[in-house]
Amino acid sequence: MTKLLLPPEPADKPTSTSRRSFLRYSGATMAVGGLLLAGCDDDSESGSNRIDVGSGDPGILNYAYALEQLEAAFYAAVKGGAYYSGAPASEKQIFDDLALHEQIHADFFKTALGNGAIKALEPDFSTINFGDKNSVLTAAQAFEDLGVAAYNGAGRFITAPGYLVVAGKIVSVEARHAALIRDLRAYNSFVDNDVVDLFTPSGSASTPGVGNGTGLERSKRPAEVVETANQFLKEGSKISANSFK
Amino acid sequence: MDLFKLIKEIEQVDPEIYDRLDSRRRVFKHFGMAGKAVTAAVLPGLVSGIFQRAYGQGTTLPADVVAVLNLALSLEYLEFYFYDSGLKANNLIPSADRPAFEKIRNDESGHIKVLRGALGSLAIADPGRGAFDYSGGRNPVPLVGDTAVGNGPFKTVFTAYPIFLGVSQSFVDTGIRAYKGGAPVLMTNKDVLEAALNIHSVEARHSSHVRTIRRGITNVANPTAPMNAQPKSWVSLLDNGGPSPDTNPSTRPVYDAGTPASSSDPLALVYPKEDNVTHLGVTIPGNATAASEAFDEPLDAVSVKNIARNFAVLTSGLFPA
Repeated sequence: MTKLLLPPEPADKPTSTSRRSFLRYSGATMAVGGLLLAGCDDDSESGSNRIDVGSGDPGILNYAYALEQLEAAFYAAVKGGAYYSGAPASEKQIFDDLALHEQIHADFFKTALGNGAIKALEPDFSTINFGDKNSVLTAAQAFEDLGVAAYNGAGRFITAPGYLVVAGKIVSVEARHAALIRDLRAYNSFVDNDVVDLFTPSGSASTPGVGNGTGLERSKRPAEVVETANQFLKEGSKISANSFK
Repeated sequence: MDLFKLIKEIEQVDPEIYDRLDSRRRVFKHFGMAGKAVTAAVLPGLVSGIFQRAYGQGTTLPADVVAVLNLALSLEYLEFYFYDSGLKANNLIPSADRPAFEKIRNDESGHIKVLRGALGSLAIADPGRGAFDYSGGRNPVPLVGDTAVGNGPFKTVFTAYPIFLGVSQSFVDTGIRAYKGGAPVLMTNKDVLEAALNIHSVEARHSSHVRTIRRGITNVANPTAPMNAQPKSWVSLLDNGGPSPDTNPSTRPVYDAGTPASSSDPLALVYPKEDNVTHLGVTIPGNATAASEAFDEPLDAVSVKNIARNFAVLTSGLFPA
């Protein structure tokens, strides 16, 4: 129990960081049993050869940089593939825009981080068939949804308001991408229960705020996001985000 | 487990725990537990209650957080009654698009639930459908029934689908900018911040879909020419002033700069126009159109209220200057 209550971060971190860590353990509805389990869970199994994004605000920027690199590389590969070359003009336009946006995001983070940037990552897209529309759209949806959930889940780790706003400027564009890709796959699936905790009215739908669910995007913490991202990164380019838990 | 020991240990992490709990001595009194034995059976509920008291929402929220959340709640009511009225209007939304607008209406309803929960007793009251004039006329006469509108430039909002979509796009894009502008104020409460972020991205998904529908509609019977614009699913430069830039009220402010629009400090909070291409002091090189599309911009509360006030009945008192 004592272990749980000690700040997981080094003691030189500011108080706000410690309290934030504490808040995560002390979710208002969490029972003592859950607290004990959380306290005993010592999950430090991440591989030693992974590239850690670092800590603090630069760590979050590097985390975003890693994900944007992955997305940029993906759309570059889409544009070099057989599906894209045979696609109708409207779909080509969409992928042209997405490729530009994601490359801009990746380049932006690289420039903003300067010498503090992690290295260029090598993707592994061997599981994606770039000649097949469904395979491309499925992967695009996975990357875009992952990006949104990742930014939303990382917001609490940001300390400088200016960085939070920059992350916010990007995450809504990722959400726009995600919604469009989802609509391309299945019209009206721009929000669905896998990514948004859909709200269901329990009485009259015309009475606001009464029902089950929240209408909130389902955000993901870095530990979960890196596991998914690493499926698309080569050995030696896999990442970890050990400071953000 | 000794509850006092637990709280003492919490103190090491959060020195302000006692301030949050009124005072050390009154912890138990507060929960009606004075003099009673703390058994294993009551402990989980007790601990959870204490944490809720110490870190929960409502009366303990700072005033600036309350202001941000109540503005967000006002915007959610604006949107909720807009979509609900659209769904109730006969022959407005084609059957293929009804599932989308039912989802959007329900999402807004959920957001209202979440914001009310965060605000507790400080939440503004439900203003009701009659508080809004979706014609954009800021009509002092309250709406009658579900589909009546005032005399603003969008008076056909519930009879002409392109107008409905145009107004919708203005609302969602304003909402995204409002949440983005308000987020830094919420940083003191990480759980409230995350909830707001999780609403923000859903609003962006809504905007994307509404824009996708608008892109698919070409030159349908439409009295307001700029409503015929075919937007991308993301904001491109200034989006030609939005769905209806030449009406009064105009949709231009939805994509325009707020206050302040710039600063020499890269980390300062600024509210530039949507065609901005400089972030954290880094200017995006190359294609300015793509560079503007790749980033959405925040908007300050005053600018957001100036936009939203055009759709509130004067006597509602919503979106005060």
